[in-house]
Amino acid sequence: MKKLLLSAAVLAMALGSATVSANAADKYKACFVYLGAIGDFGWTYQHNEARKQVDAELGDKVETVYVENVAEADSAGAIERLARDGCKIIFTTSFGYMEPTLEVAAKYPDVKFEHATGFKTAPNVTTYNAKFHQGRYVLGQIAAKMSKTGTAGYIASFPIPEVVAGINAFMLGAQSVNPNFKIKIVWANTWFDPGKEGDAAKVLFSQGADIIAQHTDSAAAITVAEEQGKLGFGQSSDQIKFGPKAQLTANLDNWGPYYVRRIKAAMDGSWKTQSSWDGMAEGTVKLAPFTNMPDDVAKMAAATTADITSGKLDPFGGKITKQDGTVVDKVDDGMILGMNWYVKGIDDQLPK
Amino acid sequence: MDQFLAIAITIITASTPLLIAGLGELVVERSGVLNLGVEGMMVMGAVCGFGAAYATGNPYLGIVASIFGGVFMALLFGFLTLTLLANQVATGLAITLLGLGLSALIGESLVGQPIARLPNFHGIDILIIFSFILTALVSYMLFRTRAGLVIRAVGDNHASAHAMGFGVIAVRYACVVFGGACAGLAGGYLSLAYTPQWVENMTAGRGWIALALVVFATWLPGRLLVGAYLFGAISILAYIVQTFAWGIPSQLLSSLPYLVTVAALVVISGNRQLMRANTPTCLGQSFVPDR
Repeated sequence: MKKLLLSAAVLAMALGSATVSANAADKYKACFVYLGAIGDFGWTYQHNEARKQVDAELGDKVETVYVENVAEADSAGAIERLARDGCKIIFTTSFGYMEPTLEVAAKYPDVKFEHATGFKTAPNVTTYNAKFHQGRYVLGQIAAKMSKTGTAGYIASFPIPEVVAGINAFMLGAQSVNPNFKIKIVWANTWFDPGKEGDAAKVLFSQGADIIAQHTDSAAAITVAEEQGKLGFGQSSDQIKFGPKAQLTANLDNWGPYYVRRIKAAMDGSWKTQSSWDGMAEGTVKLAPFTNMPDDVAKMAAATTADITSGKLDPFGGKITKQDGTVVDKVDDGMILGMNWYVKGIDDQLPK
Repeated sequence: MDQFLAIAITIITASTPLLIAGLGELVVERSGVLNLGVEGMMVMGAVCGFGAAYATGNPYLGIVASIFGGVFMALLFGFLTLTLLANQVATGLAITLLGLGLSALIGESLVGQPIARLPNFHGIDILIIFSFILTALVSYMLFRTRAGLVIRAVGDNHASAHAMGFGVIAVRYACVVFGGACAGLAGGYLSLAYTPQWVENMTAGRGWIALALVVFATWLPGRLLVGAYLFGAISILAYIVQTFAWGIPSQLLSSLPYLVTVAALVVISGNRQLMRANTPTCLGQSFVPDR
């Protein structure tokens, strides 16, 4: 019995929960559910930075609460606890929270839910995502300008549409500068494992790539690029600290303006269910300062960014030739959100 | 040639932390203690090593600090399982969870900070060389010295060892501390040399792989070396094959190191005699001195 009690005590000690509350009475309560740790310097970090922006702009009227490290499989409990604790609007920030969010939303019709990157809505559930491929198009252009070997390495996570669209946009951007640009892709099959991501970067550099782009969350790749005197792009957050001589720019997730806007709408009653898909125009997709590149490349990148922001340029606008040679006249939003094919020029096979 | 060298070094650096952590766990298990806290000890080593290197600017001090980080967790594990006789499996898991949480807390301000990485000569650093020396030392110590004989006696039959006058608890404490030091050092290798940065949960399951490799190696240091390098080599080669664009599913390639390890385990377990000769009989059992 003593043993059992002891084991239980030890487990309880380690399993302590991570809810942090700003403690205030009559404020409007906005809550956030995070997949990873706020210190991941990637996806979750950026959502938390956006939450801080809400605090900064609406802090006198809004109280924010977050729960981190919530596994997708048992997220329903965490979401429901927030709903029961008086949260008026709950942001669930990972694709895998989709069903749990809908399930809890059905039980708490007065609470508003916002689910990131999903595709199912309900009267009190909105989905939101961002056009990250817009930024990747610019990265591709920069890569084609800066690469000496004409080959970029790309560390991908999982073969889901968002990632595939990112690779395609990167390649289309690169081809707009150098039609013969090559890309080597390694699927790490993880969102976050600094060791594996670093290994993938080392392998790609040894195989002739001299610029690295990634769709995984840690800063390992840019660290490797810095060490080997190669170039690369930051992911999700500005990773210039990890590669002061290596980072060209970074594709930033900037959720702050969206969160502020939606919480305001929820407070004044204008909140409606929608599927939001913001991009550079709304400021959700941003690029870090252009560094470690000549002025003309930076100017080109800035001009492309401005064109995408104003709507003059659409990375998937115009005719797109698929890898198998078929031509698509118009790539609409639905095709991007369900993308499962490579564009022409990618010398690889998409994992099914 | 350059390309070959670059790949060889990537394989070596990927295998080294597994080897170091595995050697520590091997000694722990030889003394009859099942330590599932390797991952937690490793991640604490990683954060302590990184923190010390950041504060002092000296990566060698970082190495020393990473060892202390691992030892601290090992002493906690030892106190709970050896002195208070808590269940080893539950305590080991708790130590892993505690290590992950505690390291995130300690390392909060260290995220994104740059440090001076461990110096290396064409990619070969001091810890890589040390890992080979350590393999030889552990092997020699376990099978050619009196101390090794005592450790194995304690692991195989703690009641007899106790009756012969050996301090079972003391021997196990020493082994657990050694295991913690190795796990901490392996963690420090990750944050100081492998990917010189600190992020939460940066060990990403390597402690568990080290644990599995110990069984794979049937508790023999030489085999552990082979196992760690086999695992490291297949992980890296899987990436290289991907860049050739042969169309082999990446999911299959990613799982290959595990599949090969399991297959090897099955083959080795087929040799009953070898397994019986090397499995510590008292593995995972608490020892209560009866007098």
